[in-house]
Amino acid sequence: MAFYVVQFLTGLASAASLFLVASGLSIIFGVTRIVNFAHGAFYMLGAYVAFTLTERFSGAFGFWGGIVVAALVVAAIGVLVEMVLLRRIYHSPELFQLLATFGLTLMVEDLVVLIWGPDDLVGRRAPGFKGAIDFFGQNIPSYDLFLIVLGPVVLGVLWLLFQRTRWGVLVRAATQDRDMVAALGVNQKWLFTSVFALGVFLAALGGALQIPRDAVNHAMDLRVIVEVFVVVVIGGLGSIIGAFVAAVLVSELNAFGILIFPKISIILVFLVMAVVLIVRPWGLFGKPEAPARRTPGLTVNPWRPLTTNERLAAIAVLVVAAALPFVGGNYLLTVGSEIAIFVIFAVSLHFLMSVGGLASFGHAAYFGLGAYGVALLAKMAGLPMIACLLLGPLLGLLGAAVFGFFAVQLSGVYFAMLTLAFAQIVWSIAFQWVSVTGGDNGILGVWPEKWAASPSHFYWLSLGVAALAVVILRIIVFSPFGFALRATRDSPLRSEAVGINGKRIQWTAFVIAGTVAGLAGALFAYLKGSVFPDNMGISLSVDALVMVLLGGVETVSGAVVGAIVYKALNIWLVSQTDLSKLVLGGFVVLIVVAFPKGIVGTLEAFMHRRRKSSSSASSPLLTSRIESAE
Amino acid sequence: MSMVPTLLSVEGLTKSYGGVHAVRGVSFELRAGEILALIGPNGAGKSTCFDMLNGQNIPDSGRIRVLGAETTGKKPRVIWRMGVGRTFQIAATFPTMTVRENVQVALVSHGGQLCNLWASTARQARDEAGRLLDLVGMGAYAERPCGELAYGDVKRLELAIALANQPKLLLMDEPTAGMAPRERVELMRLTARIAREQSIGVLFTEHDMDVVFEHADRILVLNRGTLIAEGSPEEVRGNAQVRAIYLGEGLLYDARHREGASA
Repeated sequence: MAFYVVQFLTGLASAASLFLVASGLSIIFGVTRIVNFAHGAFYMLGAYVAFTLTERFSGAFGFWGGIVVAALVVAAIGVLVEMVLLRRIYHSPELFQLLATFGLTLMVEDLVVLIWGPDDLVGRRAPGFKGAIDFFGQNIPSYDLFLIVLGPVVLGVLWLLFQRTRWGVLVRAATQDRDMVAALGVNQKWLFTSVFALGVFLAALGGALQIPRDAVNHAMDLRVIVEVFVVVVIGGLGSIIGAFVAAVLVSELNAFGILIFPKISIILVFLVMAVVLIVRPWGLFGKPEAPARRTPGLTVNPWRPLTTNERLAAIAVLVVAAALPFVGGNYLLTVGSEIAIFVIFAVSLHFLMSVGGLASFGHAAYFGLGAYGVALLAKMAGLPMIACLLLGPLLGLLGAAVFGFFAVQLSGVYFAMLTLAFAQIVWSIAFQWVSVTGGDNGILGVWPEKWAASPSHFYWLSLGVAALAVVILRIIVFSPFGFALRATRDSPLRSEAVGINGKRIQWTAFVIAGTVAGLAGALFAYLKGSVFPDNMGISLSVDALVMVLLGGVETVSGAVVGAIVYKALNIWLVSQTDLSKLVLGGFVVLIVVAFPKGIVGTLEAFMHRRRKSSSSASSPLLTSRIESAE
Repeated sequence: MSMVPTLLSVEGLTKSYGGVHAVRGVSFELRAGEILALIGPNGAGKSTCFDMLNGQNIPDSGRIRVLGAETTGKKPRVIWRMGVGRTFQIAATFPTMTVRENVQVALVSHGGQLCNLWASTARQARDEAGRLLDLVGMGAYAERPCGELAYGDVKRLELAIALANQPKLLLMDEPTAGMAPRERVELMRLTARIAREQSIGVLFTEHDMDVVFEHADRILVLNRGTLIAEGSPEEVRGNAQVRAIYLGEGLLYDARHREGASA
């Protein structure tokens, strides 16, 4: 019995930190409507800065002072980020906001390694809370008891802040209707900045307070952000009390889940989240959101199939690409195969994100499932390569069918958070289920058969499959199903009113996208000869998002161009620098701020302007779109 | 009784939120080819009533039948498939598609082709879409991006979309809201003409009394969730309670409408 009590208390202690971070995210979302993906990065920065400060200044004053100063320093960094970056994108579609803060996260990860080094750092114990308390023979660290008390105290302070101060009243008003608050003459800029500062302060404090419990490392940002997303999805985005209750719930599920499913305890959290989403899609304490802003909103050109000339040009490009083995060496062919595979991956996400309006932040899960499908079939069942290539992606299909069912119940930022959480769950399973997946060591020796073994043959195979995938997805885009999908994206109200079952259409699209991503993963497994958990990691999901964005979210063929340019650039970059995440993150931020239409989108706009140069200067569509994006 | 079949029959429709009775025991019928207006002050329960008719809201009690088939509590898409078209207070169309494609989507859905992953939508129901667009006077704009249209044209496009399933009943929520005066008249004349020609029943809510009294065959007046009057425009206009609650008294108002009626 005592053991369970201690386990329960450990859960409560973990909840404190989680609550701080989640409430910060909720407060920022409530006022600015930005889901701050960089929140985990601020949490991590808080821990690192606190580590440095507490190492430098000794004693109780040095420790506790260091924790608070660290949170303040990181909050100041947050203010800088808000003023320089976020102010430029408050009116952008939410996908762009998510991506910009994601780019920031990537940059911070590399910067942290650059400053503090790649090794785990073990911090000091908290002065005054170094010991443990004996509870019927079980030890409870006294620092845990401190955290258990701290959680409700912070909740109370936040409550007083929001109920009793003028600033708090303004924040609550802005959470309900920020346009009205602005109309009443409140300086929105500083309100947003101060709210962001408070949110970041809470995140950094949460990170700093973890020092005595856990080693500081450069992967803690993603781990916490996934947990925080789960917390806010369960508790309801924008609700502080929801963040508290859900943080306790998730931490306790983790604490006890370990006893029930020692290997894959995260499954339990997932099940609870799934149940909450079915019963209350907006979380336990959340309110239904107004329909999300549509991601499209930048282009004027309606989509159309290729003209005959354009088709001939596409075939010509394909023929030229197919001639590569006659001029290029083996290295170039391997790079070519990889690019072709990522074209498949990018078009699969494009289908979901641009056509379906569902920006998945965890699309790599299905890529990875396809790869693992192939590896398991080839190594365990010993099936021939063709069979593996055809059956392997079915694992991606299966995963997409299960997760997609839940994900399409939501939209906008909730959808993004949920898909990210799902991908992280799949990743954890691959990482933890060592007996089947080999864990961190992956599955090795998945080599293609003789007929596809040479670099040129494998290149042709990849190129052929890529061309086929692109053509098939394009046909679907312009099919009645594709139109129904776009209709659901454009106007859920109208599509329902013309008999379209939007959820089922989106679910089907999710499954199609997951299967095609699985196909890409299947080829990738043979290209590399091995699969690892990182084949379903977050950075791969981000790669896909950037490829689509770089090409142009609102174009039909943007994903293809984006994948080729990005992958070529990426391979070159990795060979040139160790700080690829920093460059990549900076690249993402730059695209979002300066180049939101992408390559193909910009070209199309340019052609459109040239064709229409004589007619009206400003398009009424663009103005109305900008208005609706407010 | 007349030979014209009853299209829509509503019996004892009731909905309350907490202690507030939004709609209480509303019953009425609508016949084919008839244009029926639902009017009343703000908060009278018009929108709640409307939302229950088109499936966006589930009544606490009462029955709704369209051509004898029960639609109570069914989803909007199911009700649409039973032959009910609708337009929204703020027109809902597909802004990234062309005008023709907007109508084609509705036609393809009506044809049960939504799960077709292979055919080219551009060739589906092309002429039929063109016919519907001609009917609402939008034929010349067929290839224009819907997002570029002026709001009055979007409303007409929406009417074409609503007609795509050859509806027996058309539900129009404040059809002329947000339009210029001349556009209002044109849109309602168009709607009335189509309704008469195809003997479609139309139920609409409206705040513009000029539109209501010019086009409605019959008027229902709702106040605080209950029907307080029902009848021809003349009867409703003469009803003392309706004047007290909603229309107001005024010689100028009467004079304008007599003039309008004779013109």
